Amino acid sequence: MNDKTDKPIYLDYSATTPIDERVVAEMLKYMGPDATFGNPASRSHAYGWQAEAAVEQARQHIADLVGADPREIIFTSGATESDNLAIKGVAHFNKKRGQHIITCKTEHKAVLDSCRQLEREGYEVTYLDPEQNGLVDLEKLKAAMRDDTTLVSIMHVNNEIGVIQDIEAIGNACRERKIVFHVDAAQSAGKVPIDLASLPVDLMSFSAHKIYGPKGMGALYVQRKPRVRLEAQMHGGGHERGMRSGTLATHQIVGMGEAFRIANEEMATENERLITLRNQLWDGLKDMEEVYINGDFEQRVAGNLNISFNYVEGESLLMALKDLAISSGSACTSASLEPSYVLRALGRNDELAHSSIRFSMGRYTTSKDIETTIKHVRTAVEKLRELSPLWDMYKDGIDLDSIEWAAH
Amino acid sequence: MAYGEKVLDHYENPRNVGKFDQNEDNIGTGMVGAPACGDVMRLQIKVNDEGVIEDAVFKTYGCGSAIASSSLLTEWVKGKTLDEAKAIKNTELAEELALPPVKIHCSVLAEDAINAAVEDYRKKNA
Ligand SMILES: Cc1ncc(COP(=O)(O)O)c(C=O)c1O
Repeated sequence: MNDKTDKPIYLDYSATTPIDERVVAEMLKYMGPDATFGNPASRSHAYGWQAEAAVEQARQHIADLVGADPREIIFTSGATESDNLAIKGVAHFNKKRGQHIITCKTEHKAVLDSCRQLEREGYEVTYLDPEQNGLVDLEKLKAAMRDDTTLVSIMHVNNEIGVIQDIEAIGNACRERKIVFHVDAAQSAGKVPIDLASLPVDLMSFSAHKIYGPKGMGALYVQRKPRVRLEAQMHGGGHERGMRSGTLATHQIVGMGEAFRIANEEMATENERLITLRNQLWDGLKDMEEVYINGDFEQRVAGNLNISFNYVEGESLLMALKDLAISSGSACTSASLEPSYVLRALGRNDELAHSSIRFSMGRYTTSKDIETTIKHVRTAVEKLRELSPLWDMYKDGIDLDSIEWAAH
Repeated sequence: MAYGEKVLDHYENPRNVGKFDQNEDNIGTGMVGAPACGDVMRLQIKVNDEGVIEDAVFKTYGCGSAIASSSLLTEWVKGKTLDEAKAIKNTELAEELALPPVKIHCSVLAEDAINAAVEDYRKKNA
């Protein structure tokens, strides 16, 4: 428990983050009858002009964090919508040119399910297997490219295991074959430096709530030079250059802008602090027997540590760690009994996939939190191993793979 | 997932955790489930000359409901004859623990475990 709030210690920043107080303060300026409440699309009065100015200011902040031109930022309701717009939008626009798409098995469901929908429409999708460390092998990606490939979608930072893909190398390979390259950056914006002015990336998805902005708010970067064309998925008043209709949510947009502005200022110092915390956590656990880090340790976002505690089942571990707000797999999948599809794609055996915990740290995590976490985790794992027949067998030197288990 | 009170009680204070020597003649061992599926139960019974289960222990790798189902089962089988123990139904365990529908399979696994333990004992002593 957190001493001050008597609530579980929050270590699920990859699922979402609280809105920073400074962001809340900005957003409040756009809510209430005395606030700047106008419709940013109203051209005929000051209410509209002021709201529009606020939106454009926010667009600038977002563009600044990622080295883009503000005209390349399209507001959406979140990274899910951005992924849908990018993938379906590009696939539909280029339908006559080709109907093949490449992505990776460890992508977020927003990408995978958009691809599944395209498959139902008759497109062909290649789902690449990542290497054991979670990274995409460039040669395998190149080998999957075909003349009718119109889009490659690879995420920047993985939401479960935190690994950072080499989007520059992947982008260059796409450019060589004139294939549009989309990157889901929901987990990397504000955490990993991004410079779209120099990166060979055509489309990039962002989410506000992963970096201390409001939920239900996101953006899609759509490169202007050379111009990337896509088909709108939301039709209406022609907002956002016709790519995404709907009245702009001024307060949400302002919140996202402020969150991105703060991230731009604080990313470097915050990352140093987070790496220290992550090292503290790993140093406190790594001497335990049979613990494994999932995903590459070096090529990893600062706040993420995903660990498998072998011979302990993840759900029971979460139950024992009720004073910690953590997740086993990603928040979207933890309601199902299936082990994490991301860990399976790494080639982790099912036991290790079943025994994984994701710790994600952020702006409000303290060293004391980590100290408490280490204590709780060690106690819980020891207790559950005492209860585990698999642990017994491991200790007796029995090879679990030599046993014929009755799958059920 | 929110857990019922009885599941929590058994999870926090599991009864009869342990291991018997499975080579002894008076011990029956049932190990069911698979690591790949996320649950493995090992249930062991110690049977006296009258064919009555005088002690039972378990170890379980699995979720809280799986741990609770096997813990409760060890309490129930003590003092029962082999036939009485085999007659315990998963629905009784599920009802006692108020398991939600997604966790019914845990009680099924526990029923499989006691059946396997009785079988093992009978095979050894046939
Ligand atoms: C990698 C990734 N992509 C997309 C999303 C979805 O973002 P949003 O919640 O803004 O729709 C998330 C968050 O769950 C994510 O982690």
